[in-house]
Amino acid sequence: MIRQSKGLLNSLLVPVMSILFGFLFGAVLMLAFGYNPVEAYRAMIVSVFQSPYFIGEALRQATALTFTGLGFALAFQAGFFNIGIAGQALAGWVSAVWVALAFPDLPRILLLTLSLGVGLLVGAIWASIAGFLRAYFGTSEVIVSIMLNYTALQVTNFLIRNVLSEAGNTTARVGENANMGFQWLSTLTQNSRLNVGFFIAIIVVILYWVFMTKTTAGFEIRAVGLNASASKYAGMSAEKNIILSMFLSGALAGLGGAVHGLGTFGNIFTQGGLPDIGFNGIAVALLGLGNPFGIFFSSILFGVLNIGAGFMPNQAGVPDEMANIVIAAIIFFVGANYIIRYFIDKRAAKKQTASSTSQGGDV
Amino acid sequence: MNALSIIQLIVSSSLIYAAPLILTALGGTFSERSGVVNIGLEGIMVMGAFMSAVFNIQFAATFGGWTPWMGLLAGGLIGVLFSIIHAVATINLRADHIISGTVINLAAPALGVFLTRAIFGAAQTGPLPESFGRTSIFLLDRIPIIGPIFFENTSGPAYFGIVVAILSWFILFKTRFGLRLRSVGEHPHAAETLGIKVYLMKYSGVLISGLLGGMGGAIQAQAISNEFGILTIAGQGFIAMAAMIFGKWNPLGVMGAAIFFGFAQSLARIGTYIPIIQNIPTIWLLVMPYLLTIIVLVGVIGKSEAPARLGQTYIKTK
Repeated sequence: MIRQSKGLLNSLLVPVMSILFGFLFGAVLMLAFGYNPVEAYRAMIVSVFQSPYFIGEALRQATALTFTGLGFALAFQAGFFNIGIAGQALAGWVSAVWVALAFPDLPRILLLTLSLGVGLLVGAIWASIAGFLRAYFGTSEVIVSIMLNYTALQVTNFLIRNVLSEAGNTTARVGENANMGFQWLSTLTQNSRLNVGFFIAIIVVILYWVFMTKTTAGFEIRAVGLNASASKYAGMSAEKNIILSMFLSGALAGLGGAVHGLGTFGNIFTQGGLPDIGFNGIAVALLGLGNPFGIFFSSILFGVLNIGAGFMPNQAGVPDEMANIVIAAIIFFVGANYIIRYFIDKRAAKKQTASSTSQGGDV
Repeated sequence: MNALSIIQLIVSSSLIYAAPLILTALGGTFSERSGVVNIGLEGIMVMGAFMSAVFNIQFAATFGGWTPWMGLLAGGLIGVLFSIIHAVATINLRADHIISGTVINLAAPALGVFLTRAIFGAAQTGPLPESFGRTSIFLLDRIPIIGPIFFENTSGPAYFGIVVAILSWFILFKTRFGLRLRSVGEHPHAAETLGIKVYLMKYSGVLISGLLGGMGGAIQAQAISNEFGILTIAGQGFIAMAAMIFGKWNPLGVMGAAIFFGFAQSLARIGTYIPIIQNIPTIWLLVMPYLLTIIVLVGVIGKSEAPARLGQTYIKTK
């Protein structure tokens, strides 16, 4: 698992090396199929930064990933693998849109708060089911959340077809009062869908950091994750911390889904599979090593990759799935960081013996 | 529709939908019995489905009616190759099993569609020339009443899965290899002191799960979807995991659970033809497998049923 490293430089080494290896793997694969990797990566990254519109879109994508990434990281720090992020985000998305459609006449600030709040709460409750069963029945949270993911997917599609529309595959768009756009923000980014969610994400990153490092509840969650038995002997309630961490994890995922739904689409449509922001959020959290600021920057990287992928087919002739392959490869190396650490430690050991022998020579 | 034809419809469509689940769930059983969690089954199925579709299109002219069965093998082989990633990551590189599985699930759909585009220039392969279709089991279909219900116009791959299940049960519980595989999942240290090669056993478990998972994907592509695209495999790998748990990691129980989930999946599609069932809203039939799994996990199965050292990295002593 991901261990806390000593120095900042040392702990940055694993993600940075993983990113390098991930891109390298993608390049090898592209070469094997006769594509030009330099051109592909240039198309993917440079094109995004050439236009304010695509920078805006990348940041919008990063917004959703920040929420889902933080959500995954919170449960992960408590020792739980919340693979249900995608389902919780979907639950947040559909309920936020539902509220926004049900009360179109509320004042904007009230309606937005209410919609996002309900999205957050539904995501939290959905995740708490897995937390509750884990706490009181010892049921694997991984399997339960996988099952809840598909339940959420089926129920959402059912709601869209039967409740939120008249046998259609998409709901109506939410009204102007549930619009998350900011005039100056969209002017600045040439009408991209970047919205107020981006600032909420930044605030949540800071709140997350304060909660985890400065509060008792955050400390308990980390303590349970590091050593469940020790924290139990120290008088912390295992059940409470399991449910609390899953609740908060789902809350962040639900909020992410709500922001993504209202901010990016303004409606919801039947889904063929679970939303990408879920599994990409897990990827972001693993790359960010559970640090909220690390997660924020990882989100921006993956946001750029997600949006930049769209340029690859036209400019380099490379299928845009390449971006997801690179992301998967990056996470492979993060997960298998033993191999990276092994070489780092080996080099460090070599240096140490080298320096100690030279010292020995002086004496 | 008369009673006999309704029963025949239920049985045959249950078996058709169960076939990919049976094989994949058996694969998961081998992996987990050796102590390695494999939530990457979904991704392995994707690769198997992809490979079999490509094989089917390329070699339909060569193999004719046998093409889907050869495609099944091709899917199994690519599954083995793909599962090596999971084996290396979890066994040698000490990666968290769930993270590695998640990587496989992230990589497979992207890789599958990437390769499909590279080969066919489109995100889907288009319809496959030779699909499994329906077969009648030789001689058995002549048995009165039982014959038409179970063995006429039914799913060949499902019966293949049932045979594999019986074989798997024999291998796991009646052979030396099976005993060793299970011992590694229960207590690797003790196994190692007895001279069992722990890593070899774990590799066998994961690679067998790759073989069977790849075959499961190949059946899904060649018997149900009849093409490969991003939506060919949409959660079947996870339902197979559910079947594995439901069946308590015992191949015969796993097979039964997989057939039951196949039944549940098929009801959502053919339910409108069946009295009583047609009055149940489809949504309940769709979510039933998932909810049942949770209920079974909570109520019926204690923690003790799973292999004792499931999901834990084992570091070889030197």
